[in-house]
Amino acid sequence: MTATPVRLPISNAAGETVSNMASRPARKMIQIEALERRFPNPNGKGETQVFGDVNFTAHEGEFVCLIGHSGCGKTTLLNILAGLDKPSSGYVFVDGKEVSGPSLDRAVVFQGHALMPWMTAMGNIEFAVKSRWRNWSKAKAIEQCQKYIDMVHLTGSESKKPAQLSGGMKQRVGIARAFSIEPKILLMDEPFSALDALTRGSLQDELVSICQATNQTVFMITHDVDEAILLADRIVLMTNGPRARLCEIVENTLPGDRTRSDMHTHPNYYPMRNHLLEFLVNRSKTFAKEIAADGFDPRNPPVARPQAGAQAATRLSAASDNQSATTEKKAS
Amino acid sequence: MIAKLNPSAQSALLSLALFFFGLLLWHLLTVQPDTGPSATVLTVAEREQLVSLGMIEPDIDYYANEGIAFPQLEQIAGLGLSREVIEGAGGIQALGIAAVGADSPPAPGSLFPSPMQIGDALWAAVTDPFYVAGTNDMGLGIQMGYSLARVALGYFLAALVAIPLGFAIGMSPLVYQALDPYIQVLKPISPLAWMPIALFTIGDSEISSIFVIFICSLWPMLINTAFGVATVRKEWLNVAKTLEVSALRTAFRVILPAAAPTILTGMRISIGIAWLVIVAAEMLVGGTGIGYVVWNEWNGLRLDRMIVAILLIGVVGMLLDMALARAARLVAYVD
Repeated sequence: MTATPVRLPISNAAGETVSNMASRPARKMIQIEALERRFPNPNGKGETQVFGDVNFTAHEGEFVCLIGHSGCGKTTLLNILAGLDKPSSGYVFVDGKEVSGPSLDRAVVFQGHALMPWMTAMGNIEFAVKSRWRNWSKAKAIEQCQKYIDMVHLTGSESKKPAQLSGGMKQRVGIARAFSIEPKILLMDEPFSALDALTRGSLQDELVSICQATNQTVFMITHDVDEAILLADRIVLMTNGPRARLCEIVENTLPGDRTRSDMHTHPNYYPMRNHLLEFLVNRSKTFAKEIAADGFDPRNPPVARPQAGAQAATRLSAASDNQSATTEKKAS
Repeated sequence: MIAKLNPSAQSALLSLALFFFGLLLWHLLTVQPDTGPSATVLTVAEREQLVSLGMIEPDIDYYANEGIAFPQLEQIAGLGLSREVIEGAGGIQALGIAAVGADSPPAPGSLFPSPMQIGDALWAAVTDPFYVAGTNDMGLGIQMGYSLARVALGYFLAALVAIPLGFAIGMSPLVYQALDPYIQVLKPISPLAWMPIALFTIGDSEISSIFVIFICSLWPMLINTAFGVATVRKEWLNVAKTLEVSALRTAFRVILPAAAPTILTGMRISIGIAWLVIVAAEMLVGGTGIGYVVWNEWNGLRLDRMIVAILLIGVVGMLLDMALARAARLVAYVD
C-alpha cells in the first residue's frame, strides 16, 4: 500500500507511446484530492454521502472518461469540477489552482445542448467568445466563432436558431461553443447520450480529431462502454451510490490511432470491453466487499490494463499481488 | 363550392354569414311599422257626425290615420279649428286632448335602435371624430383619445414598476416569500374598489383613474415577470456562470430574453384588464373618455350613439390586444 505507483506508458494524441512519463513530466491539469459530497436527506435528518475519498489526477492533453451507474454522483463530480457545485470536503485543483467557482478555464458541454434558443448558432458561440475576450472587436469574435463552426462542420448553418437544427447539430454547436473559449480543460456530461447511434458516431469521430488537433484535456462522463474505449486514454470507474468510491482506473490498451471502424478488430478490444462491462454489471455493486477483503488505498486507486493473452488484465499499482490476481480472473 | 375554398376563406365566409344573420335578426326585432298606430275605422254615421261638427274630410282622414279614436275626434272637431292651426299650436295634446296612442307606451323595440340607425350614428361618429361642440358633446375620436392616454400612462407606469420588481422577486426566493402575502391580498381586489381611496387621497379624478389603471395592470405583469424569471432554465444560467458572465449581462442577455415571452403574456393580460377598467372608471368619474360617453348617451337615451361607442370600445380593445400579440411574436422562441 505504501509502494510508489508505477507510471504506465500511455499513448499520446499522435499514437506513439510515451514510454516514461517521468522523463517528460506532463502538467497536472486536474487534481482531485479526498473529494466528498454529501447532500442533506429529504427528511431533514442527517446527510447522505454521494461519493467520498475520490482521488484522481489527469494530465495535459489527456482524455479521461468517467463511467458509473446513475446515482453514483458522476454529474455532481463534474459540477464540482466546473465550479457549479461545492464539495463537502476535499479539494479540486485545475492547472494548479484550486477551484472556487465557475471559470472560463473550464468549458462545459452539457447533457442537453443548453443552447439559448433565441440566439442563432453563431450567436450562441459569440456569446461565449465575447464573454472570454470582452474587448475583442465584433469582427475578431466572428472570426473566432467561424473557426470553430467550421471545425464542427456546421458551415452554412451559422444563422440558424437551435430549433432549426437537428439534435446532432445542436450538440455540435455546444461543442464548438466549449472549444471556442480555448479552455484549459473541457468537461462533458454525457454529451452524446441523447443522440442516435449514427450521429453519435460521427460526433465522436469529430471530437477525437478536434482533441488531437488542440491537445485538449477532456474529462467526460459517459455510460457507453464503446464510447469510453474509443475516446479515453484512461477510464475512471465509480461504484454505485450512495457512498460511491472511485474504484479503479483502467488504462486504454488500444493504440492511439484507433478508430470507430477498426477498434473492435484489435485483440485488446474485447479484454477492455469485458473488463468494463464486468465492472458495470457486477463489481460496481460488490466493490464494497472487495475492498473489505483486501486493502484499498483510496489515494492510489488500482490501475488495470486489460490486454489480450495470458496476462489478460494486469493491475499495476499500489494494489497487492493477490488483488491483481483476482482482477485477472474476473477480467479474462 | 365552399369546400374548394381554403380554410381561412371558409371561416371568413361563415363569419360574414353570421354577421348578416345577426343584422337581419336585429333588424326584424327592431323594425317599426311604417303606418305607425293602426288607423281608426270610422262608421259612416260617425264620419257624418264629424262633418256636421265642421271638420273637413281630409282632416278626418288624417286624424283617423293617426289612430285617434272617435270621442277625441269629436273633441277636435268641437274646437272648430283647421289642422294647420292645430298643428301650429303644438298639436292636439297641446290643446288638451288626450290622443289615444300618443299616451300609450311605445311598442316593444321601437326605442331600441335598428341596425340602420346604428349605421347612421356610426357613420356620423367615424366621419367626424374630432369635433368639439361643448364639454358633453365631443367627437368619439377625442373621447377615445382621452381613454387611451389614461390607459397608456397608467399601463406604462405599471410596467415600469412591475418588470424590475418582478425581476427581483423572480431572482430571489427571499424577496418572493417576503412579498408574496401582499401580492396575494392586493391582487384580487377589484381595481374599482381602489377608486374611493384614490379619490380621497389623490383628490384629482383624472389622476385617480390613471392610478386605478396602474393598480390593475400591475399584478399580471408583476406575477408573470416573476414567474418567467424564476423559471429560466437552470442550464442556461449554468452556461452563463461557466462563462463568467457578469450579473448584469446575464440579466439582459440570458434571463430577459428567456423570460420575455412570459413577461409579454403578462403585459397582454394587463392591457386587456386596463381597457376593461378604464370604461368602468370613466363611468364612475365622468367628464371625458369613452366610458363617460357610454354613460352620458345612456342618460340622454341616445342608444344609437351609446351602441356605437360600445362597438368602438370593442374594436380598440381588439387592436390593443393585437399589438401586444405582435410584440409577443417578436420575442417568442421555439425551444
